[in-house]
Amino acid sequence: MEALEKLGKYSLLLYRSLRSLYEVDTYKKNLVNELLKIGYESVPIVLLTGVFTGAVMTIQTAYQLEIAFIPISVIGAITSESLLIELAAVITSLVLAGKVGARIATELGTMRVSEQIDALESMGFNSVSFLVLPRVLAGLIMFPMLYIFASISGIVGGIVAGAMSGAIPPSEFIQGAREFFYPWDVTFGILKAFVFGYVITSVSCFKGYYASGGAEGVGNSTTQATVLSCIYVLLADFVLAAVFL
Amino acid sequence: MIEIRNLKKSFGDLLVWEDVSFNIEDGETVAIIGRSGCGKSVLVKHLNALIYPDSGEVIIDGENIFELEYVALRKMRQRFGVLFQGSALFDSLNTFENIAFPLRYFTDFSDERITEKVEEALSLVNLEGTGEKSPAELSGGMRRRVALARATILEPDFLIYDEPTSGLDPQTSSEINKLIISMAENLNITSIVVTHDIHSVLEIAEKVVFLENKGLCWYGTVDEMRRSDNEELMDFITASEYQIRN
Repeated sequence: MEALEKLGKYSLLLYRSLRSLYEVDTYKKNLVNELLKIGYESVPIVLLTGVFTGAVMTIQTAYQLEIAFIPISVIGAITSESLLIELAAVITSLVLAGKVGARIATELGTMRVSEQIDALESMGFNSVSFLVLPRVLAGLIMFPMLYIFASISGIVGGIVAGAMSGAIPPSEFIQGAREFFYPWDVTFGILKAFVFGYVITSVSCFKGYYASGGAEGVGNSTTQATVLSCIYVLLADFVLAAVFL
Repeated sequence: MIEIRNLKKSFGDLLVWEDVSFNIEDGETVAIIGRSGCGKSVLVKHLNALIYPDSGEVIIDGENIFELEYVALRKMRQRFGVLFQGSALFDSLNTFENIAFPLRYFTDFSDERITEKVEEALSLVNLEGTGEKSPAELSGGMRRRVALARATILEPDFLIYDEPTSGLDPQTSSEINKLIISMAENLNITSIVVTHDIHSVLEIAEKVVFLENKGLCWYGTVDEMRRSDNEELMDFITASEYQIRN
């Protein structure tokens, strides 16, 4: 029963967000801020995650294929495919669930318990349009871009790690990656990032917007936002794979 | 005029109050008093529909606000200014921007006009020269005054003060009370003040609403309150360690 009530509140919050799409003047300034916070400020951590994921993937794949009679260019194919189709989107999103999700839930939760959201509403603002919509829109726009950064940095990381460890020369890596490259994989990765961006920002907004109970309540909302975002990202990942692959 | 008709509110199984009815005439200052946790803040949040009741009506100039569409409700809310208990200043904005905030979104004033209005508002609350300070740099009393400047910047018809003097020293409390009186007189605002400070009530209010025993226990003018023999009201006043001067 409680779960149904929460689902209803979540749906209503998103419905109110969608209904206020036309109120561009209310959210445009916050949208620009959120694009910078979710996108630009996340680039370093996304690049770092991508580089190390690609590097580890290359070295582990090389280790697993050591005794098989398989051309080493396959290492490049496996690494780049895995990054494009799964790892760049999922690992980046799990990292961002912590960074972006926690920030959103804390900001909105603090605004809720200190009556700043009530203050907005009492001035005649649509607080959903002002606070929730720009964050969700920024997530939808920036996560696919961050996925592209993560994919590129992952492949670069793989090439560098392969060359430095002597597992595979860069030319072989690139050859393998090109041979098994399917444009659909990138499309699918972007679609995943889009969905994950929506899941993380909307769940975090929901948890923050309805926070209650002072500092402890904000802490609980932030924890729930992060944990639930991670769980829903993994669930969405499974559903998308089952439907589209 | 605000008419409150048979309001009932509960949170889950917990009844806050029921059958609350009274009127607030234009231009008057009404104090809502009662012990902590009796639902004073909850009651005033019904006046601009920040909270919806289980049943009952709040009628403002003939319209039941709980029946308004969201767009019309937002328009109606702009007729209210609210001074929240914790001031509710936006942490991310400095004092100047906090006060300018409603002007930037709800008027087409130029930057020069906004600066002029904000400086005027700051001087009205005796806070000239503090525009660049962040809310964290202000004392509790200063934050209340900034919040008051923000609440009045759009020249509302109604001003709600939620515990405006709680947690403040007597001197600062008195300054805030004087500000409330001057706001009501100079801007001709209808004021609704939530408080449990009986000194403030006597200083600023014309009428008193007393909440007790999950309902409206007593309602009348300050003079009537002085003469009242309502037991609960007298207990509350006595507990406030105030001796009513005859």
